[in-house]
Amino acid sequence: MTSGRWPLPVRLAVLLMLVLMTTPVRHVLEASMTAQMLVQLPLLVVAGWLISLGVTARALTRVERWNHSGITGLIVATVAAAFWMLPRSLDASTSHPLMAAAKYLSVPLLIGLPFALSWRRMGFVLRGLILAEIVASCFRLGWLYRISPIRLCTNYGLDDQRRLGGILLALGGGLLVWLAWKLLWGRFETVSRIRPGEGRVYRRTVQTRYCRTPPHVASIRRESDRHSNRGDDAVMAQHIELEHGAAAGV
Amino acid sequence: MTVLRTGLASAALLLAGGGALAAATDGFRAFTTETARRVAVRRQPVDLPAVVLQDQSGARFTLADLRGKWLLVDFIYTRCPTVCTVLGGDFARLERQLAGPIAQGRVRLLSISFDPTHDPPVRLAAYLDRFGGRSPAWQAARPLTAEALRRLTAAFGVTVIPDGLGGFTHNAAIHLVDPEGRLADIFDLGDPVRISEAVLRSLDP
Repeated sequence: MTSGRWPLPVRLAVLLMLVLMTTPVRHVLEASMTAQMLVQLPLLVVAGWLISLGVTARALTRVERWNHSGITGLIVATVAAAFWMLPRSLDASTSHPLMAAAKYLSVPLLIGLPFALSWRRMGFVLRGLILAEIVASCFRLGWLYRISPIRLCTNYGLDDQRRLGGILLALGGGLLVWLAWKLLWGRFETVSRIRPGEGRVYRRTVQTRYCRTPPHVASIRRESDRHSNRGDDAVMAQHIELEHGAAAGV
Repeated sequence: MTVLRTGLASAALLLAGGGALAAATDGFRAFTTETARRVAVRRQPVDLPAVVLQDQSGARFTLADLRGKWLLVDFIYTRCPTVCTVLGGDFARLERQLAGPIAQGRVRLLSISFDPTHDPPVRLAAYLDRFGGRSPAWQAARPLTAEALRRLTAAFGVTVIPDGLGGFTHNAAIHLVDPEGRLADIFDLGDPVRISEAVLRSLDP
């Protein structure tokens, strides 16, 4: 089995995808629009994110040559997500085996994986834009599902659609509160650092208030402390010498 | 160099993605399954299966027997308290608006039940009585086997789901079948004038 050589996150991702594909799980998660959109699809995205954790450094370097600031990956994920947001795609994925297979493969590989790889490369502005867009989509879709008198999916009932709309509005509201909280009480900075041995730049957005003194700054401080101590010793020795000399000269 | 490569890859992916989304929505016209089936039949009329149906008098026939006439078809179940009532009302008005062509034997109306176990001929007759449909040109019928029902709904593109209260939710519409026995157009309910105009146009092109 080649799977023995696969990294643990990738094996977990494959396991998660296989579990989601089994008939009983499918049956439960595709019985309602709410479960499909808020449980099944997000779990498939999580599978893609797990796969991204198992990507080797070499493959990552190659991908990142084509993925400046995560733009390319973001476009792949957005187009794939747009396709799976079409009501007719969701309908077809529950009634046509080919479309079902396409969903189970493409949501992890074309949404979760590229988005996870790109998110790490994105700057603060792009991340903010995406989060704002996700909040806006929650409100747009939630409102539409809530008030539409027409069923958007032929496979699901109107009460299911309305319930999903309500949950999406609540989710959008929750996300908005969290974002506002971060903007008001957090400070954002993008820190670049090179991990030794890999020659690759990692970018992380951190909240500086929780940030410890960076290691290199700490080591410089220790070094200068040592120098100043040595200086102090030298000065002290001079003082002692002077005192001794003075004493001898007197 | 990375920026240039990213720009090229992004542009190519945007083009390909736009093309894929256009293909998936019939040129950004059909976002739902219901619109998609309407766009599809207008582009290419769909052949219908000649399954055996039983009408309100108990007589058996197939859709093939009705060839040579324009046929308006809706899908109902007689216990339906909501949307099928609207469909029944629409059919009653269509019967009046199209009285001329109906009298000439060029147009017929057919209500097909997708709940055959609860809709024997006597219930179908009661359904017609409820909407005053007593002319022989408006038939109500049920398929006799589950297989016949499955083939009919698949060909028409009708999806029926149990509503959890003993009834059904279904994509309600009025279907136009041409004299060759093919599904040629699908209309929203609630606007019979538009449908009768379309039928009259089809009769005298």
